Amino acid sequence: MQTDKLVDINDLCVSHNIEFSFVSSLQENGLIEVVTVDNNWFIEPDQLQLLERCISLHYDLDINLEGIETINYLLEKIISLQEEVLTLRNRLRLYEKI
Amino acid sequence: MTMEYIDYYRILGIDKSATQKEIKSAYRKLARKYHPDINPNDKDAKKNFQLINEANEVLSDPDKRKKYDHYGKDWKHAEEYAGAANRQQSQASGGRSYTNTRFDSSFSDFFENLFGGSAGYESGRRIKFRGEDYTAELHLNLADAYTTHKRTLNVNGKQIRITIPAGIINGQTIKITGHGGPGINGGPNGDLYITFLIERNDTFRRSGNDLYTTVEIDLFTAVLGGEITVDTISGKVKLKVKPETQNGTKVKLHNKGFPVYKKADQFGDLYITYSVKIPTGLTEKQKALFTELSKL
Repeated sequence: MQTDKLVDINDLCVSHNIEFSFVSSLQENGLIEVVTVDNNWFIEPDQLQLLERCISLHYDLDINLEGIETINYLLEKIISLQEEVLTLRNRLRLYEKI
Repeated sequence: MTMEYIDYYRILGIDKSATQKEIKSAYRKLARKYHPDINPNDKDAKKNFQLINEANEVLSDPDKRKKYDHYGKDWKHAEEYAGAANRQQSQASGGRSYTNTRFDSSFSDFFENLFGGSAGYESGRRIKFRGEDYTAELHLNLADAYTTHKRTLNVNGKQIRITIPAGIINGQTIKITGHGGPGINGGPNGDLYITFLIERNDTFRRSGNDLYTTVEIDLFTAVLGGEITVDTISGKVKLKVKPETQNGTKVKLHNKGFPVYKKADQFGDLYITYSVKIPTGLTEKQKALFTELSKL
């Protein structure tokens, strides 16, 4: 499998100054998806934002894995509601005077 | 340049005599409230987060705190202090600083003036910082949003050419990776977030991918039927009007609405509402004929 488009988790741990075991526990708890190639761990680029958010929540805000999982779930809800508000606002324009 | 004193103690909601433990606790509490990761698309939270981050950067570092307490309100004379302070190795209070997160790490002019751009150092170690995220708004008219086209934007003096996909929604934000502020100490560039604002159109109203418009037809066409030419967003089309069409009748033109975002060849529909125009300024003969008609 080609790895040039994947993000090497070892490199990421070094650049963020975090422990590999943290990423491992995120993976074990199903919070991120990891790709294994030749015993090396990678993530898809589209997972990077999610992983960086988990890192930030844990190391910056002292939030444990259960908390991260809950926040991720609620964030998905917030974003979905924000999209709904945007759609409704645009529909409301239909009834405003032109 | 207008620059105001910033009361970092007030920002963290603590007393001037607060201990490091109290500072850390106040900071953590506020950071949990305003952290950009838990306040998506909230500019106010982002601003607040930057301020509390800056307050923590100063108050959690004994040297910076000392300088701030001594010169804060009189920041214009802080240079006198700088010489002595620079000879000392700056020691951060330890712990992870939020400034190396993915968010805007810029500090206020007040901070820069008092401490210089020293945020890139923590415990004497160079830290990579991601560049600042930029946000911009781009105004489009409905016709612009109908077709995929390229635009050149000037972002902080840099020309950026972007492709705007057809069907973009009013208020939608897209991310242009790496086109934000430059990274510091070899850190990655920030991103550019562009929000599209689509101006209201006099003829067509849009709901999702469907368009709505009102077309006037004369009384005779409404009563007897006929053929009319109507404007759609993609050009003119001929339409047959059925005899005895009522005022307010709606017709749907399949696939004549707005393109579906990032789905080539898929379109919404166009809904036309007929508005029957009652003739005015009738001649005597016309009046007589209408009267005769009304008696039949």
